[in-house]
Amino acid sequence: MSSSAHNEARRQLQICNACRYCEGYCAAFHSITQLRTFDDNTITHIANLCHNCRGCFYACQYTDPHEFALNVPRVLSEVRSHTGMEYSWPKSIARLFHRFPKNMAYIMIVSLAAILLIMIGLPPTTGKGFYAIMSHNVMLTIFLPAFLIPLMGFTVGLRRYWRDIGGRSIRISHLSEGLRQAATLENLSGGHGDGCNFERHERFTHQRRYAHHAIACGFLLCLASTLSGTILHYVFNQPAPYPVFSLPKTLGIPGGLLIVIGCLWMHGLKKRAHPELSDSSHAKADDVFLWLLGLVALSGLLLFGLGHTILMPTLLALHLASVLTFFLLIPYSKMTHAFFRLLTLVKHAQGKSILNKN
Amino acid sequence: MSKHQTINFQPDILVVGGGNAALTAAITARKFRKTVVVLEAAPCAYRGGNSRHTRNFRCMHRAPLGVLSDQYSEDEFLDDLLKVTRCNTNETLARIAIRESESMYHWMEEHGVRFQPSLSGTLSLSQTNAFFLGGGKALLNALYATAEDLGVELHYDAEVTHLVISGTEVNDVYAHINNQELQFKPSSVIVASGGFQADIDGLCRAWGQAARNFIIRGTPFNKGQVLNNLLQQNMLSVGDPTQCHAVAIDGRSPKFDGGIVTRLDCVPFSVVVNHKAERFYDEGEDLWPKRYAIWGRLIAHQQDQIAYSIIDSQSINLFMPSVFPPVRGDSIEELAQNLALPAKELAKILQTFNAACRAGHFDPNCLDGLGTVGLKPQKSNWARPIDQPPFYGYPLRPGVTFTYLGLKIDESARVESRCGPMANLWAAGEIMAGSILGEGYLAGFGMTIGSVFGRIAGQEAARHV
Repeated sequence: MSSSAHNEARRQLQICNACRYCEGYCAAFHSITQLRTFDDNTITHIANLCHNCRGCFYACQYTDPHEFALNVPRVLSEVRSHTGMEYSWPKSIARLFHRFPKNMAYIMIVSLAAILLIMIGLPPTTGKGFYAIMSHNVMLTIFLPAFLIPLMGFTVGLRRYWRDIGGRSIRISHLSEGLRQAATLENLSGGHGDGCNFERHERFTHQRRYAHHAIACGFLLCLASTLSGTILHYVFNQPAPYPVFSLPKTLGIPGGLLIVIGCLWMHGLKKRAHPELSDSSHAKADDVFLWLLGLVALSGLLLFGLGHTILMPTLLALHLASVLTFFLLIPYSKMTHAFFRLLTLVKHAQGKSILNKN
Repeated sequence: MSKHQTINFQPDILVVGGGNAALTAAITARKFRKTVVVLEAAPCAYRGGNSRHTRNFRCMHRAPLGVLSDQYSEDEFLDDLLKVTRCNTNETLARIAIRESESMYHWMEEHGVRFQPSLSGTLSLSQTNAFFLGGGKALLNALYATAEDLGVELHYDAEVTHLVISGTEVNDVYAHINNQELQFKPSSVIVASGGFQADIDGLCRAWGQAARNFIIRGTPFNKGQVLNNLLQQNMLSVGDPTQCHAVAIDGRSPKFDGGIVTRLDCVPFSVVVNHKAERFYDEGEDLWPKRYAIWGRLIAHQQDQIAYSIIDSQSINLFMPSVFPPVRGDSIEELAQNLALPAKELAKILQTFNAACRAGHFDPNCLDGLGTVGLKPQKSNWARPIDQPPFYGYPLRPGVTFTYLGLKIDESARVESRCGPMANLWAAGEIMAGSILGEGYLAGFGMTIGSVFGRIAGQEAARHV
């Protein structure tokens, strides 16, 4: 069934396809010019190729007050919102967070209460450092399912998404091309390499690319830190806490710093960006998620810095609660864009290889 | 609205207009450390005149240059120009535009303009035309940003109403800004404010009432006030005042400002009828880029200035997608009804046409010689029976791109008056393009003229101060 966003996107893309001036900006426009008509799944695919760089809006001679009133970045962002809900599982929960981003904050409060209750109700009898406040086994019992169950639910939706956009079996070349585009954020380069128009309107900058990658690299470093900790714990029988010059800390501290810096940076950029050029509820949900991610990183860093003080149990509760919230919200938050985007870029790479063959 | 709190009423150079030619002139003059004020009649959202709708500029190059392949020599370029204008050009000025175009490519890049390879569907231009990445508005954004950074004073909604001229000297320039009539006393003036194609009454004087049904593809702000004002004050004119460049476009387009998307490339593969469902011209005479201007004129001479291009499902994917979906019918009768054409007549004319088609090889990419036999008017190429439902129809109307009437200039872009060359008045862009384009049109050449003479005007005006 077509959403109103899909129908409006269809109207706009038809006009774009008769113009094609933006062809060189990004993968989304490249795809548009390969087609003559746009069905819903194609529009979903194009929308998820769009990185909201806004180049096509500022270059467009048909934006409001012109009667065509094109606003491609916005309508594609609306389609993406729709994608987020449509391919989440269960949909009803997804809607709760997409329509009312504040609900994310309530999850945080509930998580915090739950963590505090567990800390008080199940005090460990042995253990050092953090494990004196909450035992390793209790942590594992909470966080492993909190991480895995939502993620598994999400993969169901992702698979459906992949089928709907017409994805085929993935070859190494598709994957490496998709990863290359994600890693370079080529679609935020403007096609000319000057960057995107996100926060400086008619002018181009690389700030959004850098801010995004500060967050993304920080996130990957923290992920690596957690993994290294798990390996040290189970393989080498070295439980936390770890010294500063250990693998978990040398990965985790810069990772945390990068996330905090990146989140603040991105938040600043979003404040300067024109709000009319993206879906407003989508933008709010993104905001909340940015704060949450920042909180995970900041509380982690504080825990490292102030772990020896009296504040430790409070900070630990805050950190664990924010991580728990983060895990639970993975399928319903901005986090999903990483998966949708990567799949879409891989699909785009597949399309390219078909075209090259013909 | 004005970006500046204070207005400099005595700038070294006053630029009238806000398109590519105006901005190129303003930036060039500013780089000579002169004070420059730009008066753009349109509001900020519509700034840039017809440049907003452009997509490329034609550029000479002796070797591969950026996005341009092979080479495009001065003589080749001039030959192309002589062909389309049927030698109705000023060769000296034309050669200046052509020769300087190569360095304008670099100039544009230095000032933030970015190019992209020839757009899909326009491969025939990859050797001759450099496409602006994002199109004309992106080019304007780059030039405006550059001008702003350099300290050019920009005013929007600033309509110039009158230039006070005594002898060969412009003394004052009057403009409406924020509902106030303001008087400027610049040392030099550059006019780059376009033609008069948005002045429907003006078009009616040349075309009669038929012009009321014309669609203006470009900005509604090119009303020719400045051009008329100067022509009324002894400036010499060039170009046929009764002529405009009009092409056949989608009849459902907006009255103004529809730009590139209004183009329709289906005519060669179709049968075109007027409102009585009569054919009136050979649809397959030549490749479409060589015929669309003729069709603008042909349709202007039909009743109500409307025609309908009819194709069937065999041809629907042979041309660039249209801005609006075609009108559709599962039978000729249904299509006729949906287009409000007489059904019997349409069915009959298609029957006659189909019967006149002969067997042969149909090739949409070249003149395939597949013509009708014994049909009047003949269709010389791509004559294939229209009999595979569903059927599609597009209404067509004349779309005016620009007018030919302009100011006569010399090699330094200086405006010429009956009393001799003007001391402090230069012109660039569409307002003087008639000096070079006497008739016809060469894709992307308007921007070449605007850029080259914009820069010359900027230099000359700056040197004068």
